[in-house]
Amino acid sequence: MSDALLLFLPLVVPAAAAVLGLVLRTCKGPQAIVGVLGSAGLLVVGLMLVARTDAVGVIATQSGLWPAPFGISLVADRLAAAMVAVAGLVALAGSIYAWRDLADDKLGPQFVPLMQFLMLGVQGSFLTGDLFNLYVWFEVMLVASFVLLTLGNQRQQLEGALKYVVLNILASSLFLIGAGLIYAKLGTLNMADVAVRLAHPEQTDLVRTSGVLLIAAFGLKAGLFPLFFWLPSSYHTPRPVVSAIFAGLLTKVGVYALMRTSTLTFAAKAPVLLELIYVIALLTMVCGVLGAAAHFDMRRILSFHIVSQIGYIILGLAMMTPIAIAGSIFYTLHHIVLKTNLFFLSGVVNHIRGTNDLARLGGLAKAFPGIATLFFISAFSLAGIPPLSGFWAKMAIVLAGMDLRAWGAVGIALGTGVLTLFSMTKIWAEVFWKSAPEDANTTDNRSGLWPMLIPCVAFVGITIGLGIWGGHVFAFAERAAEQLLNPREYIEAVLGPDAITGEVPGAGRVRP
Amino acid sequence: MTLFWPVLLIAFASLLAAFVRLPGQWKALWAVFPGAAFAWVVLSWPAVVGEGELMASIAWFEQLGATVDLRLDAYGGLMAGLVTGVGTLIIVYAAGYMEGQPGGSRLISMLLIFMAAMLGIVIADNLVLLFVFWELTSITSYLLVGFNHEKEDARKKALQALLVTGTGGLALLAGMVLLALEAGSWQISEILQRGDLVTASPYLPGIIVLILLGAFTKSAQFPFHFWLPNAMAAPTPVSAFLHSATMVKAGVFILGRFSPIFNGSEWWHGPVVVAGLVTLLVGAILGLFQTDLKKILAYTTLAVLGMLTMLIGFGSDLALKSMLVFLIGHALYKAALFMVAGGIDHGTGTRDVWKLGGLSAVMPFTMVAGALAAFSKAGFPPFLGFIGKEYVYKTGTSLDTLAPIFTGAMLLGNMLIFALALKVGWYPFWSKGKEAMLEGHPHEGGWMMWLPPLVLAVLGLVFGFIPVWTGDTLVLPALSEITGKSMHEHLALWHGITLPLILSLVTFVGGVLFYRAREFFWRKHDRVESSPKVEHAYDRLLVGMVKFAKRQTQAIQGGSLSRYMFIVVGATALLLLWKFVRFDGWPELTWEGRLAPIPVIACIWTMVGAIVAAVAKRRLIALLAMGVVGLGITVLFVNFGAPDLAITQLLVDGLTVVLLLLVIYRLPPIKAEANRWIIRADAALSVFFGMLIAALTLSAMQLHVVERVGETLAQMSYAEAYGRNVVNVILVDFRALDTFGEIIVLAIAAIGVTALLAASKERSSDED
Repeated sequence: MSDALLLFLPLVVPAAAAVLGLVLRTCKGPQAIVGVLGSAGLLVVGLMLVARTDAVGVIATQSGLWPAPFGISLVADRLAAAMVAVAGLVALAGSIYAWRDLADDKLGPQFVPLMQFLMLGVQGSFLTGDLFNLYVWFEVMLVASFVLLTLGNQRQQLEGALKYVVLNILASSLFLIGAGLIYAKLGTLNMADVAVRLAHPEQTDLVRTSGVLLIAAFGLKAGLFPLFFWLPSSYHTPRPVVSAIFAGLLTKVGVYALMRTSTLTFAAKAPVLLELIYVIALLTMVCGVLGAAAHFDMRRILSFHIVSQIGYIILGLAMMTPIAIAGSIFYTLHHIVLKTNLFFLSGVVNHIRGTNDLARLGGLAKAFPGIATLFFISAFSLAGIPPLSGFWAKMAIVLAGMDLRAWGAVGIALGTGVLTLFSMTKIWAEVFWKSAPEDANTTDNRSGLWPMLIPCVAFVGITIGLGIWGGHVFAFAERAAEQLLNPREYIEAVLGPDAITGEVPGAGRVRP
Repeated sequence: MTLFWPVLLIAFASLLAAFVRLPGQWKALWAVFPGAAFAWVVLSWPAVVGEGELMASIAWFEQLGATVDLRLDAYGGLMAGLVTGVGTLIIVYAAGYMEGQPGGSRLISMLLIFMAAMLGIVIADNLVLLFVFWELTSITSYLLVGFNHEKEDARKKALQALLVTGTGGLALLAGMVLLALEAGSWQISEILQRGDLVTASPYLPGIIVLILLGAFTKSAQFPFHFWLPNAMAAPTPVSAFLHSATMVKAGVFILGRFSPIFNGSEWWHGPVVVAGLVTLLVGAILGLFQTDLKKILAYTTLAVLGMLTMLIGFGSDLALKSMLVFLIGHALYKAALFMVAGGIDHGTGTRDVWKLGGLSAVMPFTMVAGALAAFSKAGFPPFLGFIGKEYVYKTGTSLDTLAPIFTGAMLLGNMLIFALALKVGWYPFWSKGKEAMLEGHPHEGGWMMWLPPLVLAVLGLVFGFIPVWTGDTLVLPALSEITGKSMHEHLALWHGITLPLILSLVTFVGGVLFYRAREFFWRKHDRVESSPKVEHAYDRLLVGMVKFAKRQTQAIQGGSLSRYMFIVVGATALLLLWKFVRFDGWPELTWEGRLAPIPVIACIWTMVGAIVAAVAKRRLIALLAMGVVGLGITVLFVNFGAPDLAITQLLVDGLTVVLLLLVIYRLPPIKAEANRWIIRADAALSVFFGMLIAALTLSAMQLHVVERVGETLAQMSYAEAYGRNVVNVILVDFRALDTFGEIIVLAIAAIGVTALLAASKERSSDED
């Protein structure tokens, strides 16, 4: 399969599935099957992309065959390919998980097309090599996610969705201003071209303003301090499958955009911005985990944990050493799977008892030991307990911090780990261990659990598998980090082998 | 590679036990698996002692330092023998203990997985692997303390144990990562050989303190001791195994493991000795006041752990030797006494010393086990406990500094341990005047409940009888391992009439006195329990943390959208200001353009729309004003020659307004902001941010350093793309992918509108 086809398929597959889903809006069954097949196709394409990029390096193609930087480039390095694949995995799991909701008319005929459109936006963001095109994909994601948030049309949902959409539009505006400034200053939007033009020595101080704006825009999308408000305001309101997919994927697109732009543009030219990100990362970790400690609802607690763990990922990015970036990438992949699964499981609990309020739940360990085990493993993986995947993710960040002698970062990362453990045991003790309160609803709804549990079992398998055989994935993450830290390969793939006349400095930091 | 299978075997047994439910007493069959592992340890012993060690290794997470390196040396082997040997008996005991109660299989499964992890700790030769097993024991301990999880108390104490050991565990992780980085290796045996690299490191104090934090929390050293007595909420087999014989020794174990490196550093001896000393005294003294058999045992465990830690802190060969003898003795008698206490609880339904008494007639086997174990613990000759105590005194009296003080502390500690031993192993069986006790028909449990403690108690006697064998086969090889030199001095029961012997005699006298005064202390139990404790600090810390978290979250995640927007915009503005102040200085702005009427009108139109939207009292008006803004921008597009863009703008704007209208329809009317300062701040920030962005745009337009892509596009438009309308060509050819994306955006918006319309129709028809 040609590179061009491979790069376009992640866009074509969800777009086609979405359109087909729209056509089939009145036939529930076939529409759901289209959702599953489209997502499965995405996963397959993603895996092929991973195999290709891992074998031959960065691949690129130009839309409309206009040579870069005049058209829009699609590019995949190892990181992008891995993100495409894992997003496909989440989509597939979500499509299966949604089966029951679709059958019960809780999601409506819009769900399947919207989810595929959402995937289109996500995949476009991963693969585009153009700053403005990235903005377009962000818009696709934003509109799709906004409508998805409102499916079900509960008042609480609309309120959450409003906060979500307003704050995210604000971020989009900041992004647009940042991108506009870059175009005004450098005359190009192609990210590889931006990197090349920045390489001229006199351009050094051009990048900071737009860097700040991009950090603010992507930081809001990623859920960084102090811009994360939209996330805990909205993620506990929609249907479980929707919040699970959002929780796993959407913030990671912001993280990905930060990784991509920072390594291509300002990491080398304005390292002071990395220090800014570093401080923001620490604050994000702490604020997020404290928010989780303060809440008493499963999905709210889990939402705040997203914020906290984005802090870990961004901390790795700010440290900019090979092991730190590899740790960030590994953390991202692990967290997408795990977080989606925890939201899936909270949806299962909601399905059984009709609530996610810890005070009104209880006794599930006795009634559903299997589900309890699934949750226990996922929750303790999130808390970084070995040998589950979360431990290695945390370990990589700690090791990178120790390597840089960044004591404060290591201390905060570990302290955040303790508080994470605290709030995970809170859910565990309240939902599973304690007996249900006497006035609570204990008539368990056991019908239709299986389609919801299949993805949960698979994802728990992945978190255990990543713990035991994750060395291979981590090695892949290291190779991906190498590509990020040495943008030459990316630039040459996009602009051709002669593109670089001056020197393109690597982004990496030297170990003291 | 044979080193892998004992751990795997026990882990496998755990998995099996979770699914295969053996009935009643048959659960004791699970003991076959740890029994096999124990047999393997015993059979490997000659090889371990002879060749020094067995090793095995497979790759794992190399990038993060983790390899599955296993190494069975004499020190780890000694612990491995205790873990699997005591573990085998515990499984048998647990099968008896849980008979007729629900959850027996679950308990045994968890005990087995714990055992696998504990075995892993003692044979791991890689720091990360060690930590993996270490955390696994914390987690299984959490699950086991919370075994009766429907009781709030059990949940609370499980969490306490987990948080204390878990926090310490993370400190340990930090310490070990630092240790590995300094030594340049993750392999423990290799690090031990590179001790000088570590001791030369400037981070040595940090490494030591962090590792000590891990060890002290796990081994319940003061001030982290409080979780251990609380962990007695667990079923008795768990207390016997985890919280006396094995897991709490993990801390002591790694202190011994790393002592060859740190021995000699001032950061090592001081903290370790002091923590041990305080723990010894705190445990022994608080134990006097306890009236629950298991609590008494828990406090003596504290005392003994303190003693072991203190001995490691002294660091001399003699001290380490005493530590090993004491450790073996303790593992045997303490597990036995716990099982005896469990047996009493099982047979009588109580562990309260006020109620217990006169059981010797009805529980003869348990009585024998209890007496033997208590004698060993009290230090009667010829039990192993006696030898241990002799060596402790020998160590104390031969110290260079402060010998009288330390020996005095040891003496007091041992006296109290003596008294406490008799309270558990003697008092319930022989005290008189408790006839009421017998009316409840106390009875002996099955053989599964008395045989395991009896075996351990008898071993304590046997090992004491053959001190030379015990010393040469068990103690000396392990000692050589942790001192780093080969040791040959035999263990002896009889040292002649020496100062240690006299101290032993004093211990007996003092111990008997304390034992006789027992009721004096028991009466003060409630008062002591309610006095200030370290535990209260933990409680306060936890409550304070949650309170702080709530306040902090309330402060930043207050719920008001306008507040969030203020923060987002404010933060961005601050960052931009920071950038200017720190680097660029202020941009120099000049204006060279001309003013044409249409753009000026459109701009004013737009600004008016924005202001109306901002001050509108009703959402509808605000929304319409936003539409006005959109129109203004459309006019600008038209004016600059981009009708296609203008149409798109119009469409998107219109759809957005409709979409928002549907959402807003359900929202309550705008609450007028009461606080005028907030309004002023909002207005000021908006104006400031707008001006900031305008200034930035202006300054960026002035720079024109490189040829813009757009200029080339304009040239290419007709020549290559065959279109005269450049904007059009850009939209549908050069950047067609963007347009495709925007079409999708519109399509999604349309789907959203129909969904919301359908939903509101449904709702209004519901309301009709």
